[in-house]
Amino acid sequence: MPITIQLPKVLADLAGSRSIEANGSTLGEAVDEVAGRFPALATRLRDDKGDPYEYVVFYLNDEDIRLIGGFGAPITDGDEVTIVPAVAGG
Amino acid sequence: MTYFHGTDGAAATATERELPDLSRDEIQRYSRHLILPDVALDGQRRLKAARVLLVGAGGLGSPLGLYLAAAGIGTIGLVDFDVVDLTNLQRQLLHGTKDVGRPKLDSARDRIADVNPHVHVESYETRLTSANALEILEPYDVVIDGTDNFATRYLVNDACVLLGKPNVYGSIFRFEGQASLFADANGPCYRCLFREPPPAGLVPSCAEGGVLGVLPGLVGTIQATEAIKRILGIGETLVGRLLLVDALTMRFRTVNVRRNPACPACGTRALRELIDYDAFCGVAAHPNVDGHGTNGGNGRQEVPEIGPRELARRLSSADESIDLIDVREPHEWHIARIPGARLVPLGNLDQALTTIDAGRDTIVYCRSGARSAKAVRTLKAAGHKRVWNLAGGVLRWSDEVDPTVAKY
Repeated sequence: MPITIQLPKVLADLAGSRSIEANGSTLGEAVDEVAGRFPALATRLRDDKGDPYEYVVFYLNDEDIRLIGGFGAPITDGDEVTIVPAVAGG
Repeated sequence: MTYFHGTDGAAATATERELPDLSRDEIQRYSRHLILPDVALDGQRRLKAARVLLVGAGGLGSPLGLYLAAAGIGTIGLVDFDVVDLTNLQRQLLHGTKDVGRPKLDSARDRIADVNPHVHVESYETRLTSANALEILEPYDVVIDGTDNFATRYLVNDACVLLGKPNVYGSIFRFEGQASLFADANGPCYRCLFREPPPAGLVPSCAEGGVLGVLPGLVGTIQATEAIKRILGIGETLVGRLLLVDALTMRFRTVNVRRNPACPACGTRALRELIDYDAFCGVAAHPNVDGHGTNGGNGRQEVPEIGPRELARRLSSADESIDLIDVREPHEWHIARIPGARLVPLGNLDQALTTIDAGRDTIVYCRSGARSAKAVRTLKAAGHKRVWNLAGGVLRWSDEVDPTVAKY
């Protein structure tokens, strides 16, 4: 059973859906799998070294992944990931 | 005349003794607060004693200014250096049609005075900078970030951390918004959340990407709510939580924001003074690309420019060496365009490189010149040498060459 990734609209437009499912034993593996399926998302989710950007924050079940192992954080079925990009409009 | 000095006969604390009294007119005006047990008379006096600074009198600043004034915040400081533009009125309710062309601070002051003449407004018609931020923020109890660019957001954050002021954060893009309360009650700051800004030009501003007009209303009223709760000391604020607002799905959720022990602002405190935020965010100093902010600036590589009049002269002389490329989106092309151009949206530029003849003079444009600056850099990186950006884009073309081309 997969995890669910909630995308902000700017990324959802590239994936065709606000919510996508992904598989892997770590968050990084799930992100790799998504990047393979949606090449347009690849560079929006992680840098060329495969690391998350400091201005696109991933939350695993509402916790900042930077505090729980980054992309190395283990995931289990039913987890929910929320991606929050920095925006500056006002 | 004094009407109330405490209602329950209990000895007033020193703080309460210093709270201002309410006039008869104010008591009537704030009736619905006074009968709320969690606000009541002392709460309303706290609101009257409060000094709140709004950085930005635009989309977020509008509901903030209106609701904070109506709520009876005693002193509202406003920082803005912009003038009211027709394109502001779709969402910036502090300003009206009659105000187009006026400084935003003037229309905001008039509007706030009409909403509540008991509010004292202090205005700062300036760009908030590292040189003036500490001095401007210092006399206020609560600072509210209603700015429109990353550089000023980091500046507001760092100044709030250095001064120990709560920073009521709100930010919007298209249909989505974020809100939190930073630098308060040992909670995290903005840098704990977004440790670095995105590269300049990566994230479009509202001027470039658009924004649903009611969205700043949603997010700005959330900020106003947080500011009022913070002043009253009631409820649970958004300290340690980031509220995510999605107007399209109408889903609200919060995620946890923890303090980062390595944060140079609130963690290690290695950041002891304000820095050059334009440099930190990779933007040229004061680029003012849209007259709205700095998101579209570029500081990485020189972008050759051509002015609209020079382009018009070359086009009118049937100069066939020019390949005029519009890098906006199709829905913008349908609003207005420069005759003789062809449409290659920025996102498709890489695929269209083979259609661009490096032997011709390629001139690219967008709405304001920000996206086309990116296009120039892309073309130069691909080896094109004769590439120019139309300075000011469609907006300046309309101002200086052809007013029948609509500005939007």
